[in-house]
Amino acid sequence: MTGNTLLHWMNVPWIVIAGMALVTAATRYTGYWLLSRSSLSPRAEDALKAVPASVLTAIIAPTALATGVPESLAAFATVLIIWRLPALAGIVGGVVIVVALRHLSG
Amino acid sequence: MYQSALPQSFGASFTAGIIDVLPLLVGLVPFGLIVGALGIQSGLSTGEVMMMSGLVFAGAAQFIALDMWGSAAGLTIVSTTLLVNLRHVLMGASARPQIVHMPRWLKWPFLYVMADENWATVMRRARTHGDLTPGYVAGASVPFYVGWQITCYIGTQAGSVMGDPATWGFDFVFTAVFITLVFSFWRVDRRSAPIVASAAVALAAEHYLGGTWYILLGGVAGVAAALLTFKREGAT
Repeated sequence: MTGNTLLHWMNVPWIVIAGMALVTAATRYTGYWLLSRSSLSPRAEDALKAVPASVLTAIIAPTALATGVPESLAAFATVLIIWRLPALAGIVGGVVIVVALRHLSG
Repeated sequence: MYQSALPQSFGASFTAGIIDVLPLLVGLVPFGLIVGALGIQSGLSTGEVMMMSGLVFAGAAQFIALDMWGSAAGLTIVSTTLLVNLRHVLMGASARPQIVHMPRWLKWPFLYVMADENWATVMRRARTHGDLTPGYVAGASVPFYVGWQITCYIGTQAGSVMGDPATWGFDFVFTAVFITLVFSFWRVDRRSAPIVASAAVALAAEHYLGGTWYILLGGVAGVAAALLTFKREGAT
């Protein structure tokens, strides 16, 4: 196979998609396999409990805090709403507020 | 905080999982529509978009990959997908103690479809109830996987009539959903250090490094903060 043919195949949509599927599945199984629970110290076990909030925060931090004033205010408002009300109210409230503020700020 | 010592039927815990993941489906709908529409705009066929949604099943990675489609080489797209999804390594490790004793027919498929939302739902349940069952894990995951396929498909068919997602604030739904998830975890253990560290490092990484490194680096920073602030008596 010449270099050009290889390059061609590597850009065929279904092959790229299969590659994406392969690396994604690998990420999903690797952590599970790496970890054998018996070797975990209480400190490490405790740190694993912090994974959900940490990962989820990292995903949204740039959008929530560094995009613009409407997004940051709406993010703050969402937290205030869900302090007392169900999650759904916070989601709807946050979206309504971001749309309103975007209109106001032109 | 064991809610009950009685074993729940598969159906009852399956329903409980569905109910807990329902609010998160609100965030999935616009996101799926956008990814489906973006796939067609990027020149993929409906079949190719659905192949991606079915086999990759990773919203953020799909969104970024489709955004790059046509302008980037296949290898770049696959590498970016790997980087965006590296957080799954942390997620899978944290899920292991909760699912390791479950039957294989459940845990292998669960890991394959482990996305932020169903994983977070399962982890929260384990934290608040302690009685994680196969039915609950399936109930939190199946609607999420099926919902993703349906909304992506509708997006491929109806994408052109939706217009700019920002007009309706759809782009913010994702952020709002994740804020509620983070808050629900904070409410359980009241630990702010991992959240603050993750946000700070993610912001800095996004600003100085660009790309998508911020997701992994922020997550690692949060875990590091948890390691540093560990208190034995506070650990449960």
